[in-house]
Amino acid sequence: MPTKKRNNHEQPQMGERMPSIIRIQNVAKIYQMGLEEVRALNGIDVEIARNEYVAIMGPSGSGKSTLMNIIGCLDTPTSGLYELNNINVSDLNDNQLARIRNKEIGFVFQTFNLLARSDVLHNVELPLIYGGISSGDRKNLAQEAIERVGLSDRSHHKPNELSGGQRQRVAVARALVTHPSILLADEPTGNLDSKTGEDIMALFDRLHKEGNTIILVTHEADIAAHAHRIVHIRDGKVEKDEKVKNRKIAHAQSVVS
Amino acid sequence: MIRLLIGEFREGMVIAFRAIRANKMRSVLTAVGIIIGIVSVTLMGTAIEGLNRAFNRSIAAIGADVLYVQKWPWGGGQDWWTIRNRKDIRLQQSRVLEKQMTLARAISPIMGARRTVKYERKYIESVIVIGTDADFLETVGTDLEFGRFFTAMEADGGRPVCAVGSDIATNLFPSENPIGKTIKVGAFAYRIVGVIVKQGSLLGMESLDNRVYVPLNRFIGQFSSMRGGIQIWVKALNLAEVENAKEEVRGIMRKVRGLSPKQPDDFAINQQEILIQTFNKIGGVIAAVGLFITGLALFVGGIGIMNIMFVSVTERTREIGIRKAIGAPKRTILLQFLIESAALCLVGGLIGIAIAFPLSLIIDQVLPTVMPLSIVFIALVISVFVGVVSGLLPAYRASRLDPVDALRYE
Ligand SMILES: Nc1ncnc2c1ncn2[C@@H]1O[C@H](COP(=O)(O)OP(=O)(O)OP(=O)(O)O)[C@@H](O)[C@H]1O
Ligand SMILES: [Mg+2]
Repeated sequence: MPTKKRNNHEQPQMGERMPSIIRIQNVAKIYQMGLEEVRALNGIDVEIARNEYVAIMGPSGSGKSTLMNIIGCLDTPTSGLYELNNINVSDLNDNQLARIRNKEIGFVFQTFNLLARSDVLHNVELPLIYGGISSGDRKNLAQEAIERVGLSDRSHHKPNELSGGQRQRVAVARALVTHPSILLADEPTGNLDSKTGEDIMALFDRLHKEGNTIILVTHEADIAAHAHRIVHIRDGKVEKDEKVKNRKIAHAQSVVS
Repeated sequence: MIRLLIGEFREGMVIAFRAIRANKMRSVLTAVGIIIGIVSVTLMGTAIEGLNRAFNRSIAAIGADVLYVQKWPWGGGQDWWTIRNRKDIRLQQSRVLEKQMTLARAISPIMGARRTVKYERKYIESVIVIGTDADFLETVGTDLEFGRFFTAMEADGGRPVCAVGSDIATNLFPSENPIGKTIKVGAFAYRIVGVIVKQGSLLGMESLDNRVYVPLNRFIGQFSSMRGGIQIWVKALNLAEVENAKEEVRGIMRKVRGLSPKQPDDFAINQQEILIQTFNKIGGVIAAVGLFITGLALFVGGIGIMNIMFVSVTERTREIGIRKAIGAPKRTILLQFLIESAALCLVGGLIGIAIAFPLSLIIDQVLPTVMPLSIVFIALVISVFVGVVSGLLPAYRASRLDPVDALRYE
């Protein structure tokens, strides 16, 4: 299944409807805090098509991370419909969700979330281990992913021997290694300086060009400007959904530095 | 599916040993209970093995087809005073048995005493001197290493000849041929005519090789009075006839001792079986004590492991979150922590065996033995089992963690 979006190298044509990969309708996520209800998501509707490049913006506490966690099948909605690849996710049990996270989703976190005791290669291999890939294939796929983020010479370094930007690239490689349907990134540049952040964005731009579907959360308009579409969220609802007019293109060559 | 499990298992092992290595001190301290348990179970196994070996070597060598007619029953159990007051068993009764028994291959009267045995300047104190007849070797079923036993004629005539156990021969005659030499048993001179094959000792009991055998007719008078009680050793025709021979002995003994049908036996017919039972009793005590210590140590150890595994799960909440986020199912997380717990106990078990092995060499001094491989294997299986059982709850908790909560954990 990972092959289906890799051959999709051309840009989506304007005006043409792409099939929805993500369909979120009237989704709510409610946390019960004692007597009080916190409505992290309050009836939200979003559709995202294959090979879209979407930024989600909004003030702190507006529900961006909650939405990302639901899209990434780390969490399930309290109510509403979420379909991923036309599968209704609310019908799935924990193990099926784990499988979807493994095969369909690549998640990049603000805090990298690498295994500190494992080297780069092993970190990137990990999703393949859980996917039951044989160890030979695993090594090849992992090396390939590491190459794509330009870290081949660091395969045997531990995360604490890498810079922040390099760590985030390892995280991206780990997210990519299973060739997932969508790449999710929750403030991927939040812990990086702006130069390193630009490097990571250049990487995302390239991955998008190669046919990946990318959704990222950010506070910074600069970062959001890399996307084709920005979804603004406030109080758990979509406030505004806009196409980006002046797309910012990062300098791709800085990735390989 | 198989490949998935193998991959996960390997990953689990890698993680487990990495975690143990990262916390060496904590791991070893946690495993102390397991270590003690494994030391105790392996030593117990070794001791029981030693007991069995000693048993096979000496007891079985004497023969399971010999009946020991004595005043005192082996293994006790009856009222001490009643037994004390029994009439002695007399040489006369041995003669009657010899005449009347049809199911006996050989019968020997036996008397014993302790004397110092001397040859020139060398001497051995407190040697068991046995007075018996010429059939003795056949009765107990042993052989001579050198020379001969005393003949029926020498026995009847009460000649000053003796056969000695192999320890006596080697200790008194380190560089000479003992045959033909005259030794002093107590105050009396005896000429050695034979040396009995080495038989070994039994469970720290006195060596069977540290004995001197003399004609009973000379024994009485020199080492004991005629009135002293004797034992009668009866070798049954064959093993199958032991029980019948026993009945025959009982009938004859009751008649010759003038017991009316209502009176209970006033003598004991002892058998190996009773010694076997005594052996089993000792083995049982060792096993009970060993199992108690083992059980207690493993229980306490298991709780320690469980505790440290809870700590480990809490410490690594974030790691669990990461693994779940990239697709590790519950089963994998469960497996990972079970493996870690089992590996921790396995390391404890290996340390325990490493400690128990030199200790088993000490047991070997008292009770010749080696640590059986089976007990090593059992010990390792037990370690892993304790690990799995005590890891179950922490691992289950880890597997149930919510990925979002786990990732947010500081
Ligand atoms: N586990 C939880 N229990 C209770 N309330 C929660 C929980 N997770 C999130 N919330 C609440 O839900 C709301 C949305 O949180 P969320 O993390 O999605 O915000 P966000 O948009 O990602 O904010 P930020 O930009 O600061 O990361 C917040 O008010 C938060 O307090
Ligand atoms: Mg957030």
